[in-house]
Amino acid sequence: MTPLVSFQDVQKIYRSLQGADYSAVEHFSVEIEAGEFFCLLGPSGCGKTTVLKLLAGFELPTAGHILMHGRPVTGASRDRGVVFQGDDSLFGWLTAVENVEFGLRMRGVARSERRERALRYLQLVGLGGQEQKYPAELSGGMKQRIQIARALFNEPAMLLMDEPFAALDAQTRALMQAELASIWKTTRTTVLFITHDIDEAVTLGTRIGVMRAGPRARVKGVIDVALDGARSRTDDAFLRYYKQVYEMIRDEVAKSIARTD
Amino acid sequence: MPPRRLRQLWSRYGGYALGFVSLFLLWHLAAVYLVGSVLFPPPALVFRKAVTLIRTGVLLEHLWASTQRILAGFIAGSLLGIPIGLAMGSFRPVRKLLEPYTEFLRFIPSVAMITVAVIWFGIGEASKIFLIIYTTIFIVILNTAAGVSAIAPNKIRAAQALGATRTQIFFHVALPATVPYILTGMRLAMANSFTTIVAAELVAANEGLG
Repeated sequence: MTPLVSFQDVQKIYRSLQGADYSAVEHFSVEIEAGEFFCLLGPSGCGKTTVLKLLAGFELPTAGHILMHGRPVTGASRDRGVVFQGDDSLFGWLTAVENVEFGLRMRGVARSERRERALRYLQLVGLGGQEQKYPAELSGGMKQRIQIARALFNEPAMLLMDEPFAALDAQTRALMQAELASIWKTTRTTVLFITHDIDEAVTLGTRIGVMRAGPRARVKGVIDVALDGARSRTDDAFLRYYKQVYEMIRDEVAKSIARTD
Repeated sequence: MPPRRLRQLWSRYGGYALGFVSLFLLWHLAAVYLVGSVLFPPPALVFRKAVTLIRTGVLLEHLWASTQRILAGFIAGSLLGIPIGLAMGSFRPVRKLLEPYTEFLRFIPSVAMITVAVIWFGIGEASKIFLIIYTTIFIVILNTAAGVSAIAPNKIRAAQALGATRTQIFFHVALPATVPYILTGMRLAMANSFTTIVAAELVAANEGLG
């Protein structure tokens, strides 16, 4: 069976006008199966977001191949919904529900057909009753919920999430993680989730890909997380996975810090 | 009035009142005792004249003449400036092509163009409206273009990932995201229009404020 997504020996070089080209990822290979919650974990500046931008189709690889459904990715498409880290991707002149409906409106789906379902999606992400508010009137956590609902409502084959909870406070983040886990259980959408937080990766992922420190970053190893149901941070199994991931990433974090100093 | 309320009023408006009183007092003193010329009339005389002008309708008539010119030029200038600014902000080649024009022309004050405008378009309405368009268009272009370049790239990306086409992104993302900048440009342009119209009417016009 062909995987939903496969990165084959992908390289991305950022050209600079000063001639100091930067190779963000190199020999990057990974496969993601349909229905997976794949967490890509790595130290800051290791090119995680580059990987997401490449799969989203916002940028094209310098070398190698990125295939989805066996076909190369040539640009952005509604196959791949994206949830960004910050809130600057929300349309500030539209209300919460209008943001969620954007994709369907662009496709010409009538308001009467989309409104009720959009409200259900807002309910799903815990924003029932907030549909007429503008993004600026909502908190950081609520804005991320709009982004998630907006991406899901478009029914993509896959959801790409770029550290969506990194800017939230610890309590909100834990809450959002639990809610995302339960949303994922009902929708079973394939997810590529970018994070630098081991705890988050073990809480959410069915597989965790650990990246080497950049530049020329690639996957160091992939860990299957055989946990199901509600994952508790105090479970022995949870802690074992945490330790396993931690040991794999520890050296990379040290390298990454040494390079930025 | 209780003394506390009086003190409040004084602390809020007292300064302004003193300021205005001293302004008219100094004006009066200067006009009557220092200059004493018909070319520098005292305030009382000016106000009496203003009241007569309003009563006979002359002032309003000229005010209306100026307002019409400003509105015509301001609307035309904005309608021309917004699409040009949008094009400059969206497409790099257009920006490179048009920037020399905008950067060259916007530094020529519209007041300096009055004589030229009169020679080109005559003393009539056309020259005034041309000047208002001239004073409006560059500010609107600049602000609109700046607004387009200030759009967060993630907004465009989000729309792409939701399946929007290029045309849809322009009308449903780029345009609404730029509106606040366009309005700022138009507000600044409106202020400039007043300065320009008075100066233009001073030089050549039968009616208007100038």
